[in-house]
Amino acid sequence: MFQKIVVPIDLAHAERLERTLRIGADLARHYKSELCFLGITTTTPGAIARRPEEFAEKLESFARDQAARHGVATSSHALVDHDPSVQMDRTLLAATETLGADLVVMATHLPNVTDYIWSGHGAHLAAHSSASVMLVRG
Amino acid sequence: MADQSKETLEGIPSPEGAAHVIDTEYEIGQDNLEGNVGPFGFDIHNPVFLISGLAIVAFVFYTLALPDQAGALFSWLFGAVTKGFDWFFLGAANIFVIFCLLLIVTPLGNVRLGGSAAVPDYSYVGWFAMLFAAGMGIGLMFYGVAEPMSHFSSSMGGTAAEGGARTDWAPLGAAAGDQAAAMRLGMAATIFHWGLHPWAIYAVVALALALFSYNKGLPLTIRSAFYPIFGDAVWGWVGHVIDTLAVFATLFGLATSLGFGATQANAGLNELFGIPVGPTTEVILISVITAIALVSVLRGLDGGVKVLSEINMGLAFLLLIFVLLVGPTVFLLTLFADSLVAYFQYLPALSNPVGREDVNFSQGWTSFYWAWWISWSPFVGMFIARVSRSRTVREFLVCVLLIPSLVCVLWMSVFGGTALYQVVNDGYTVAQDAALELKLFKMLDVLPLAGITSLVGIVLVIVFFVTSSDSGSLVIDTITAGGKVDAPVPQRAFWCIFEGAVAIVLLLSAGGLQSLQSMVISTGLPFTVVLLLMCWAIYKGLMSERRAM
Repeated sequence: MFQKIVVPIDLAHAERLERTLRIGADLARHYKSELCFLGITTTTPGAIARRPEEFAEKLESFARDQAARHGVATSSHALVDHDPSVQMDRTLLAATETLGADLVVMATHLPNVTDYIWSGHGAHLAAHSSASVMLVRG
Repeated sequence: MADQSKETLEGIPSPEGAAHVIDTEYEIGQDNLEGNVGPFGFDIHNPVFLISGLAIVAFVFYTLALPDQAGALFSWLFGAVTKGFDWFFLGAANIFVIFCLLLIVTPLGNVRLGGSAAVPDYSYVGWFAMLFAAGMGIGLMFYGVAEPMSHFSSSMGGTAAEGGARTDWAPLGAAAGDQAAAMRLGMAATIFHWGLHPWAIYAVVALALALFSYNKGLPLTIRSAFYPIFGDAVWGWVGHVIDTLAVFATLFGLATSLGFGATQANAGLNELFGIPVGPTTEVILISVITAIALVSVLRGLDGGVKVLSEINMGLAFLLLIFVLLVGPTVFLLTLFADSLVAYFQYLPALSNPVGREDVNFSQGWTSFYWAWWISWSPFVGMFIARVSRSRTVREFLVCVLLIPSLVCVLWMSVFGGTALYQVVNDGYTVAQDAALELKLFKMLDVLPLAGITSLVGIVLVIVFFVTSSDSGSLVIDTITAGGKVDAPVPQRAFWCIFEGAVAIVLLLSAGGLQSLQSMVISTGLPFTVVLLLMCWAIYKGLMSERRAM
């Protein structure tokens, strides 16, 4: 049913994503899909990596680790965004379209009052993406 | 099992090639406090955010609670710094120009920012638009007509002395009664303030930030440039002081420009629509424009500042071409060439830091300008660094130093030149006699389509105001987040609102615009020392890059 499941992740908070990662892997195993980890970085040094290609290597290593842990086929896709604080929604949407995702599984926060003004990345993706989107709380 | 394919790195500008990354234990964001205030998330550097935020709040309260005392203090500061340290500002600015020119002609200019094989993030058009809009925007609108005209008038008036000291405001030896000479001297003095020196100040900061961030892998914050001098101590109190100074300088520098922008937009609106001039209108203007800037902030770098900068540069270019064509075209083109020659002719005397007789000019104009540019330099420098990845040092310096200088000469020649022509050839002295913020509109008044061009002028001031406020918030937010560029958006919105609030408070304070100006030069003074040290750090950083190439 799904050929490519894309899981956008924030490597800085990977430890909080266990539930999302497990659901993504379960679905990939069930549908025999490729599980692609999407990471977004900046051109400037950040907490995870000091250069974009170092970030891409870390993301790839993370994907390999997930492949070994869950026994599914994984890949990784690293992207640069000049201003991720604000432009993340647009970058995520464009990336899932480019990658040809037919399902996106991503973690999301519990809704609060700011969602009336700024929706979360997942909500934006669900509203605008042609792929199915599964948002995982907690 | 993982698919290590070419697709893995798609989107990343790779490979980056040789660069000498600094090996440090410091992890970006390690000193940051993360959490939530109600529904809003934050990710701030401890203690830079708290110290700078609280100090500015305290300052605002002090100014509001004791306006007379604060006004007197600002006035004293303005005089003390411009008079006591003029030699320091002038000497330091000369060093920055020479340093940049030397880098252009030496092999160090071959170093590429971001590694030897990096690819630029922005086209030349987008890049120029952003660095120009951030660098001078409002100032060019405010002083384009006002400054050449002021220097021309004071030069024509000749010199005056009292008790052995010059009391006139003319540059150098003035040109009493000689219109042609006064025009040349006036244009040379104006170009001096908008040409190589300010752009060299910006270039030093921008180059230091770009080099130490893109090539050395250090966080995008001012303290990183000092790693070659202070080593790992830069992550401690030395660095906190440097970054806090940068936040002060940026905030007050920005507030001054916002003050100028509000004053001029108010004057223009009064001219066109009879809207009353005064603090109420200015406060409304600053509030409305800050709200627009907030929208731009929420649109991001590519969708907000970049788009607005390109629109504004397009509008500014159209206005420039219009004035050039409907104004005295041949006279303006001749003046452009002649002003360039005059600039280089008078440059040694104008930039001389010691033994000046034209004290009012060198202290009241030059010294203030240099302090203003220096206080703007962390902001403009960081913004330029953010959008200048993958240029070589030579390409970077030619584009940041020489081309904007030439554009400024052209702008001043066309706007100032038209007003001068009106005085000298047509005997129209309204622009000459008008207040500083009105001179542009009075000059446009006697050209065709005055209503439309004046409106375009006001729109330009407002949009430049928005781009400055937006890019300023981006920069302060990055510094106070310890160099992280992905901090939560409400943080950037906070700084955007705060800048507007500081501009309003200082405009309303007893000293008005002078309060803003005195805060600019007071924060510019310690930052000049920071910039001088930066030159040494850049040299050391570039030498290690050369060895890695």
